[in-house]
Amino acid sequence: MGMGFQVFNRTTGGHFTCQEGQSVLKAMEQRGLKCVPVGCRGGGCGFCKIQVLEGHFECGKMSKRHAPPEAVEKGEVLACRIYPLTDLIIECPPQPAADVAS
Amino acid sequence: MKKGVMRPGHVQIRVLDMDEALKHYTDLLGLIETDRDDQGRVYLKAWSEVDKFSVVLREADEPGCDFMAFKVLNEEVLVQLEKDLVDYGVEVEQVPAEELKDCGRRVRFTVPSGHAFELFADKLYTGKWGLASVNPEAWPRGLRGMKAVRFDHCLFYGPELAATYDIFVNILGFDLAEQVLDPEGTRVAQFLTVSMKEHDVAFIHHEEKGKFHHASFYLESWEGVLRAADLISMTDTSIDIGPTRHGLTHGTTIYFFDPSGNRNEVFSGGDYFYPDHKPVTWKAEDLGKAIFYHDRVLNERFLTVLT
Repeated sequence: MGMGFQVFNRTTGGHFTCQEGQSVLKAMEQRGLKCVPVGCRGGGCGFCKIQVLEGHFECGKMSKRHAPPEAVEKGEVLACRIYPLTDLIIECPPQPAADVAS
Repeated sequence: MKKGVMRPGHVQIRVLDMDEALKHYTDLLGLIETDRDDQGRVYLKAWSEVDKFSVVLREADEPGCDFMAFKVLNEEVLVQLEKDLVDYGVEVEQVPAEELKDCGRRVRFTVPSGHAFELFADKLYTGKWGLASVNPEAWPRGLRGMKAVRFDHCLFYGPELAATYDIFVNILGFDLAEQVLDPEGTRVAQFLTVSMKEHDVAFIHHEEKGKFHHASFYLESWEGVLRAADLISMTDTSIDIGPTRHGLTHGTTIYFFDPSGNRNEVFSGGDYFYPDHKPVTWKAEDLGKAIFYHDRVLNERFLTVLT
């Protein structure tokens, strides 16, 4: 296993390692970090949306509703479905309060 | 009062990647592929089911549920229920026979919660998978993964539960088996049955229309649920919560996600229902215990992560 890539989280100022072939969300979860809410982990629910500011990554399939192509182009992606190819700088948008009353 | 709706017949689920989804539903859940069509849809069934398919997977840009269908006793019932729906003011759509292979004509309609349902009377009877119809053995060999016994029910999230209840109960003859009431007495969850099961379909109140919470599959035992949990770890499948027990229905359960983010449940046991039973009520204030009987607190993901 290689050294992996560093993911710098501009929102928290922290950073963590993401192994090659590992999703950014999985790397966060493994380290007990809670930068974004964890949903389905399958690109379907849109919970783990982040903004990639710098760096390259591969993208798995994501729901068009939550990650339309024009947003993906601007780096708005789901953390569960991106696999870094270089170090990344990301931003985790503030989450709206969950609708627990439903 | 029974109106001739028998049981859940099939569910069509949208997936982002067919190969990944198929591996999940066959290798992990243990469903059996029975056919494919020229739209690229894949047909699956659980081993104990007598009809040709109960789950249809369709590749799409967005996961979720296209529709859930109920099988009715015969064509006469289908004609009557279609008329009853139209008389009640429900818009119905005719889906011709063979639109799904080896399935008769379907009557499709959307309920006020925003979900599409279908009624049908005929589907090719292929018998239980791997078993003879005479002197059948206890179970078939060669089952995979969780060895799901049957597609059991779906839970949907959406608004207008009362209007949805009226269609299912007054027109289609479902009974209310369990409910969750808020302090004002408004029903925020309804578990509806046409059988001895605690639910054949369920709804939980949610502002956005037409959301899919999960499709559920029946297992034979609590040990089967525990074994399912082992398999979820072995395959590094995305877990939601469990193994645990529900307060509602008292079934033992585990929730997990397919590779496109659609939630699945496998469960066993639970209560039974006869038409003379009064609805079981849980208070919304105790929703934690109602949903997760052991933890007694809600996992926020369970309420908000939907496709």
